Amino acid sequence: MSKVISVSQLRKQYGQTQAIDGLDLEIEQGEIFAILGPNGAGKTTTVEILEGFRSRDSGDVKVLGFDPATKGGAGQQWRDRIGIVLQSTQDAGDLTVYESVSHFASYYKNPKDAHEVIELVGLSEKSDALGRTLSGGQRRRLDVALGIIGSPELIFLDEPTTGFDPEARRAFWQLIRRLRDEGATIVLTTHYLDEAEALADRVAVIVRGKIVEIAPPAELGGRATSLATISWRDGAQVRSEKSANPTQRVTELSAQFSGEIPELSIKRASLEDIYLEMIGGQHE
Amino acid sequence: MNNPTALSIGIQRGKLEIKQFMRQRESVVFTMAFPLILLAIFGSVFSNTIADGVTFSQYFVAGMIASGLVNTGFQQLAIMIPMERDFGTLKRLRGTPMPASSYFIGKAILVTVSMLVQVALLMAAGVAFFGVNLPTGVDKWLLLVALLILGSACSTVLGIAFSNVPKSGRGASAVVSPVVIVLQFFSGVFFIFTDLPQWMQQVAAIFPLKWMTQGARSVFLPDSFATREVAGNWETGRTFAIIAAWLVVGLIWAIRSFKWERA
Repeated sequence: MSKVISVSQLRKQYGQTQAIDGLDLEIEQGEIFAILGPNGAGKTTTVEILEGFRSRDSGDVKVLGFDPATKGGAGQQWRDRIGIVLQSTQDAGDLTVYESVSHFASYYKNPKDAHEVIELVGLSEKSDALGRTLSGGQRRRLDVALGIIGSPELIFLDEPTTGFDPEARRAFWQLIRRLRDEGATIVLTTHYLDEAEALADRVAVIVRGKIVEIAPPAELGGRATSLATISWRDGAQVRSEKSANPTQRVTELSAQFSGEIPELSIKRASLEDIYLEMIGGQHE
Repeated sequence: MNNPTALSIGIQRGKLEIKQFMRQRESVVFTMAFPLILLAIFGSVFSNTIADGVTFSQYFVAGMIASGLVNTGFQQLAIMIPMERDFGTLKRLRGTPMPASSYFIGKAILVTVSMLVQVALLMAAGVAFFGVNLPTGVDKWLLLVALLILGSACSTVLGIAFSNVPKSGRGASAVVSPVVIVLQFFSGVFFIFTDLPQWMQQVAAIFPLKWMTQGARSVFLPDSFATREVAGNWETGRTFAIIAAWLVVGLIWAIRSFKWERA
């Protein structure tokens, strides 16, 4: 698989603070890649360097084979191939959804149809509504529509579902998966671990300007092979124990209870447990 | 497949800017009606004759037309762009393949259209109510056209350059409007320029508005009035040279200082 993004030894300093401290990252074509990390860890700085919004002090960065720090007209060719959904904006309040989306289409060589994109993000009924009359969630979907109108090969989404209700989030996740299925690579920053878990093929955790780990969500922090916690009721008492071989232990218990084990549950560490451990351990 | 160019996108942006402008009732009123209201007040209060065949109202109309160049260019952009910066409009545009020049072409179209509407309204009101004569002869019309083009271009680039001065979109109006009003007082819009104190005249002569008002008077007032100007003539060559110099200064300043994001 070809690398859509490759970063090596990226560094960026603000005053005395080393915001990015030798960060390495590779993102492959067609994956949904989530970047997690506490506030101030360097997530936004990293993504904005990839998007060409910020300069770096040192390190190599290639995004779709192009150095985002390149000055001049070549950047426009490159921007034609990427889509950026920034954190909440409140611009274009005096334009209708359709006017905004069809206008942005005029920037690109190979835009999608404005009506189709509006339909795709679920704003068909609001197509003729002014931007300022949209709810927070609708506004966010307009942001996404503007980010994907140019048929991008690579889409950056910065905390895309902040302020969504659960149903809107599920619908949004479907949309992201659909864009991926159509061939786009997606880089997502999020505070929601369930979002990362539901969407991402791989997750990177950034702490203090460095990547702590990159892994599929199910495997992060050795999660897949971590000890499972088995708990069950034994008479008046709830018992629980950690086991590396939960299946074997359950078989034993089943024999002991001759059948059904009362109130059986088997749990592995949640992504949240693992994540908090990772950032906690590195943070203080 | 589209094949967008900086110009084609710029024209699209211009149309969009005008559409947005028309939908913001406050900005339409502020930019378009306010100068007319001022004209109505000053023109009615000070209706005395200041020279042979020239009333203060006529003098004031010429000054307000010159101010129209500043209102629709400098003032409009220096207030609007910081707001767009705060709202994230500029950052979003920066993330698209839209060339930077298209954004400025769009702004120039907005300024041109609003300037033409404003000048037309002021001229119409001047002719209808204050006995202002339209320019006579081709040379005066050409002078007017040249003044509008150069003055508006100068005002536009200075507005873009000055848009980096206000610290926030919300505070922009409070920073920009006093600059314009003080310049208007100094430049002979509200008072007869030659009646102002010497030092005020000298300060005003550094800035382009003074020269724009003088240029507008050379178009709208009879040539006999030229003897009442500071130099005893219209100084047309110097007028255009100084406005052009500010155009260059504004252009360099704008290019060097323009920011797409609030720092």
